[in-house]
Amino acid sequence: MANHLFLPLISPILAAALAVIFTHQQWRWLARGVVLMSITFNLGYSLWLIWLIGSEGRQVTQASNWIAPFGITFVADGASAIMLCVSSLLMLVTVIYSLSSLDPGYENFYYYPLLLLLLLGVSGAFLTGDIFNLYVWFEVLLLASFGLITLGGSRPQLEGGLKYVVLNLIGSTAFLIACGMLYGTVGTLNMAHVAERMQRVQNPSIVTAIACLFFFAYGSKAAVLPLFFWLPTSYHTPPAAVTAIFSGLLTKVGAYSLYRILGQVFQGELARLAPYVLLIAGLTMLVGVFGAMAQMNVRRILSFHIVSQIGYAIMGLGLASAAGLAAGLLFTAHVMIVKTALFFIGGAAEQIYGTGDLKKMGGLARREPALAIFWFLGILSLAGIPPMSGFFGKVALLQAGVNQGAYLISGVAAFTGILTFFSMLKIWNEVFWKKAYGDMSKLPRVTPGLLLPGAALVIISLALGLGAGMLVDYTNVAGEQLFDWAGYVISVCGDEGCEAAFEAALR
Amino acid sequence: MQKQVSYESIILRVVARLMLPILLLLSVFMLLRGHNMPGGGFIGGLVAASAIILQMIAFGPQEARGIIKINYLILAGVGILVAAMFGLPALVADLPYMTAFWIPEPIPGIGKIGTPVIFDLGVFLTVIAVTTKIALLLAEEPELFPLAMADDQEGGAPQV
Repeated sequence: MANHLFLPLISPILAAALAVIFTHQQWRWLARGVVLMSITFNLGYSLWLIWLIGSEGRQVTQASNWIAPFGITFVADGASAIMLCVSSLLMLVTVIYSLSSLDPGYENFYYYPLLLLLLLGVSGAFLTGDIFNLYVWFEVLLLASFGLITLGGSRPQLEGGLKYVVLNLIGSTAFLIACGMLYGTVGTLNMAHVAERMQRVQNPSIVTAIACLFFFAYGSKAAVLPLFFWLPTSYHTPPAAVTAIFSGLLTKVGAYSLYRILGQVFQGELARLAPYVLLIAGLTMLVGVFGAMAQMNVRRILSFHIVSQIGYAIMGLGLASAAGLAAGLLFTAHVMIVKTALFFIGGAAEQIYGTGDLKKMGGLARREPALAIFWFLGILSLAGIPPMSGFFGKVALLQAGVNQGAYLISGVAAFTGILTFFSMLKIWNEVFWKKAYGDMSKLPRVTPGLLLPGAALVIISLALGLGAGMLVDYTNVAGEQLFDWAGYVISVCGDEGCEAAFEAALR
Repeated sequence: MQKQVSYESIILRVVARLMLPILLLLSVFMLLRGHNMPGGGFIGGLVAASAIILQMIAFGPQEARGIIKINYLILAGVGILVAAMFGLPALVADLPYMTAFWIPEPIPGIGKIGTPVIFDLGVFLTVIAVTTKIALLLAEEPELFPLAMADDQEGGAPQV
């Protein structure tokens, strides 16, 4: 058993507790050190996990040593390892960015412990093999995010936070109802066991209802089409560092859960629902990008683009094949990195001008050329221009789409890519390229702490684009692992399957 | 200061003073039997917190803070730390996290105990801390925020 799977969960919770204990001013250096150490450990661990899964396949362990369909299983496969790695990378960069961009007063209100709890919830959601446990990890990360989004307590934050909380509570309720219905139907919530029992369910219509409820629940957290309105109204209100990490992690956990539950556990249902999922994916892409065009605030534009990018992730799901899931994973990993980078750079520009209103900004390319270069590389990556990573993410999705004859959605995806670039160029023109209205010499200069986190992520995106062969190979394996529910069952419960393990334990 | 809250009820004060040690002892009793009978860290913590909250109602938040002179949030942090650490011995022994170890023979008066008691202890501390902190903040709120809160500045979180 792979008992090391608990380490990425233990490290943030211990560090969060220590950081709460050492909140006092004179111990702050210690708290910061512990936070950085814990996240660095998670990053190193997840890199090792990626290597381990590449060479040995799925890793499984059972919490408290309770055997499989009864206890809580933790499973790591390629998809969870990639997501784990990207999320700890983003968290590390966010903490570094926060150290230089954020008022130290935030630390009195437990900013770093909340970030660690967010990482804990996200990592738990990526690793768990039990649907109810997934619900609990969602609650952990949502509670941390409720704290983070309202920290600072200004009026727009509370307004945005209220919308965020209400919609997420509705989503969680749907999640819980779906869990209850699923347990009533198949009598288990272990993902492997559910997948196995799903094959011989007597009443298929209720399974469709449960699958739709799960889609609603995760869709509301991932911000797919009819349920995305909370995102652009709340994401621009907290400090830039918080928005950046939210954009990198929160909606993507929803997308990952859709992959895990619909793509793996409810595979039969996914095949049936695929056309509707693709429809929602296409509309999400288009509405997101059109919404972005109407905005005149840096972070609001980027927030609408989050919605649009989620459409691509959902498209990977809607293709309902191993290739589609693999392409979606590749795209999601890329967009997490690039989106966070753009929020960092946009946040740095906002900090220079003291506002995010495009009309009041301008002339930054002359004053801060480094910032401008990394922004431009970032939008190239987001739009999908080679050699940046975005190109390979989109190519993989389009390839999978065209191979399966889904021409319409592939066309929409390509079209949305152009619109994305167009809409990003608006920020480029307004913030960096056009002439400054007033005298810029009094504005603060960008500090290395503001520039480097975003720059590092853009460089990582470039590196992923240059080394795309390896990454594509790995995500293809991960997609096949994700799609292969029978192999998942064998990894979790042994060669006989979960039903046999269940019967044997009861006897 | 708009309104002074009065905490003067002789009956409540006498009862509260009597109940304090009883409730605290009961909470420890609850804590120690929790892993195999009704009770446990959560319930024990609530009982202990209710002992402190009773003092708060009878004597006011000032007095209540004097019972345990500690920063409650630090206590909560310690509780989480203790609760999370209890699974570590299992990891060292190459078993999954949170696998329990038990002593072979029960100790008279306490019963059979093992590592889950440490987990309960952590929960106990966290629940006391969080519950008491919330109650104290609610009771002190009129003094902490005497006036209606002034309007915040518009335009998002304060940047540096």
